[in-house]
Amino acid sequence: MDREGGPAIRFLPAGGDALVVELGDRIDAGINDAVHALDRAIGQAGLPGVLETTPSYRSILVSYDPLATGFAALRERIAGLAPEASGGLAAARRIWQIPVAYGGAFGVDLEAVARDCGLGAEAFAAQHSATEYRVYMLGFAPGFAYLGDLPRRLHASRWPEPRPVIPSGSVSIGGAQSAISSVDMPSAWRLIGRTPVRLFDLQRPEAFLLRPGDRVRLRPIGAPEFDELAQAAARGETVAVLESPAPDPAETASGQGAP
Amino acid sequence: MTDAPCLLVVEPGLFTTLQDAGRRGFQRFGVSQGGALDQVGLALANRLVGNGPTEAAFEFTATGGVYECAAESCRVAVAGHCLPLAVNDSPLSPYAGVRLRRGDRLTVGSLRAGVRGYIAVEGGFDVPPVLGSRATHTRSGIGGIAGRPLRAGDELPLVRDAAPGGPGLMLPTAAWPAFGEVARIVFGPQDDHFDAAVRARLVTEPYRISSRSDRMACRLDGPALDHAGDFNIVSDGVADGSIQVSGGGAPILLLADRQTTGGYPKIATVCPPDRRLVAQRAPGESLRFDAVTVEQAEAACRAAATELDALLGRIVPAASPPRLDSRDLLGCNLISGVVGPS
Repeated sequence: MDREGGPAIRFLPAGGDALVVELGDRIDAGINDAVHALDRAIGQAGLPGVLETTPSYRSILVSYDPLATGFAALRERIAGLAPEASGGLAAARRIWQIPVAYGGAFGVDLEAVARDCGLGAEAFAAQHSATEYRVYMLGFAPGFAYLGDLPRRLHASRWPEPRPVIPSGSVSIGGAQSAISSVDMPSAWRLIGRTPVRLFDLQRPEAFLLRPGDRVRLRPIGAPEFDELAQAAARGETVAVLESPAPDPAETASGQGAP
Repeated sequence: MTDAPCLLVVEPGLFTTLQDAGRRGFQRFGVSQGGALDQVGLALANRLVGNGPTEAAFEFTATGGVYECAAESCRVAVAGHCLPLAVNDSPLSPYAGVRLRRGDRLTVGSLRAGVRGYIAVEGGFDVPPVLGSRATHTRSGIGGIAGRPLRAGDELPLVRDAAPGGPGLMLPTAAWPAFGEVARIVFGPQDDHFDAAVRARLVTEPYRISSRSDRMACRLDGPALDHAGDFNIVSDGVADGSIQVSGGGAPILLLADRQTTGGYPKIATVCPPDRRLVAQRAPGESLRFDAVTVEQAEAACRAAATELDALLGRIVPAASPPRLDSRDLLGCNLISGVVGPS
C-alpha cells in the first residue's frame, strides 16, 4: 500500500491495546490528507473491537479492545481499506472563518516577531490572515488546534522557556506551525493575536468547534468587535462562521470517533 | 448543608479525585482518557457495595481522608490496605462493605500496600458525566467536582439516600491485591529510534519510581536511554502506558491523564494489565521491565480479564458485619416507622 511519493504504510504496536498506523514521518499536507482519509475509512468500516482513533500529523493511533480483536487482525483489515474509495473527503471538508484580533494586548509578541521576519506588524498580520490553514491535528489540551502550513516568511522560533500561562484563544506561532489555544495553558509559542471563538466549550451541544482535517480562514478584527464577539461566545454562541459546506450526517457520525 | 443525601468531605486525603473507567472517543479532540489508574481496585471497591465495576468512586493517593455520612445511611467500601481504617472509633476491615448512618465518620488512613486506594459508595455519586465520564481530569478542569481534587467541606451528592441493612460483602484477606515490581512491555511504536544496546538496557537495568510522578506520568530514575539520532519526532497520538524518552534520555511512563499527543519517541509500551502495577509502586520503589510480544500482551489481557472475574468471585457476604456496636442492634427498632427523608 505504497503512497505516491511517500513511504510505505507501517503498523507499529503500542502495548497490546493500541497500534499506530504510520503514513509518513514528516509534516506534509499530502500525508495528512491520507491520514484523515484513512481515519474516515476506519470509522466507516466499523471494525469490531476498535474503541477510538486519534489522527495526527502523519499517523493514526487506533485503540482497541484486546478481548475483541488484535494487532494482527486489525493490521490486515486496515491495510485492506481503500480510503480513496470512501471518497467525498474534499467535498465534506469544512472551512471555518475565525475572527482574530492581532497585536497589542491581544498578541504581545507580534511586533517583535514581525521585526524578526523583516515585516511591519500590520504586514505580518495581513499575510498571516491571508493564508488558509489546515487543522493538522487537535492535541495537547482539549480542542487545541495545530494549524499549517504557515508561509515560510512567517516562521518564528519558540521562546527558550514557556510562559506559565497564555490565555484561551491565543493565536500563536511555533516554528512552521500556527496554533489556536483552547484553555489557559503554559506555552513557549509566540503570541501574535487572540480570537474570541472558544474552540472548547461544554455549554455548546458540540463542545469542540474544530475537527482534525478542517480548514480555517482568519478574519482580522479590532478591539470593539473582539469584545462584542467575546460576550456572545460567553453566552455559548459559536461566533465562528462555517463557510462551507453544511456538515454531512456521515461525517458527524464518524467524526466523534467512538462507534 | 443541603438536605440532599451526600457524603461530606471532612479531610480530603491526598489528591483524592472522582474516577471511573475514563473517557472514550475524545482523544482525537485532545481530551485525555483519564479514569482510575488501578481499574482492579476500582472494580473491587464497587463490587463490595454492589455496584457495577466502573461506577465512579474516589481514588486517593497514599492516604484516604475522613468522610461523614450526611444521608439516612449509605454503604461504603475501601479497596486498599489502610491503617488506620475506622468508622467513628471502631476499626473496619479493608476490602469490606460497611453501612454508615447519618453522622458516622469514615477515617481512611495510609496505604500499607500500593499508593492508590478507592472508596466506593453503594449506588454511586450523583455527579453529572462530562463527555461521557465522571472521571476528574485536573489539567483540563473537567469531570468529578469542578474538575479538581476533593476539598474539605465538599458535599458529594449520593444517588441513594439509604442503604439496606444486613451483612455486607467482604474480600478474604488471602485475596487482597499485592503489587509486583515487574511490568511487561511491548517494544514500540518508536523503538527504532534506539540502538539494540539501549533497548536491552531497558529490560536489564532496574529503574526507580521518581517522586515527580502523578496521574499523568510516572517518571523513572535510572540509566538514561540515549537516542540513536534526533530526539524529536513529528507529534503523534500517545497510547496509555507509553514509555517516552525525553531529550536527556530520561524515561517517562505515561498514565491515564497523559497528554493526547507528544513529540518524543516512545521506546516501548507497558501491557494493559501491568499499568496498574506501575501506578501502585511508591516513589523510590523499584520497577523492572520484561519484554513480551504483542501477541503475548494480548493473551495477558485475556488472562487478566479471567483473573479479575475470579477475584470478584471471591467476594462473599461477611459472616458477621465487619463492624458491630450497640447501635446496630438497636438499628432495626430505631429505623422502623421512620418516614423517608425530607
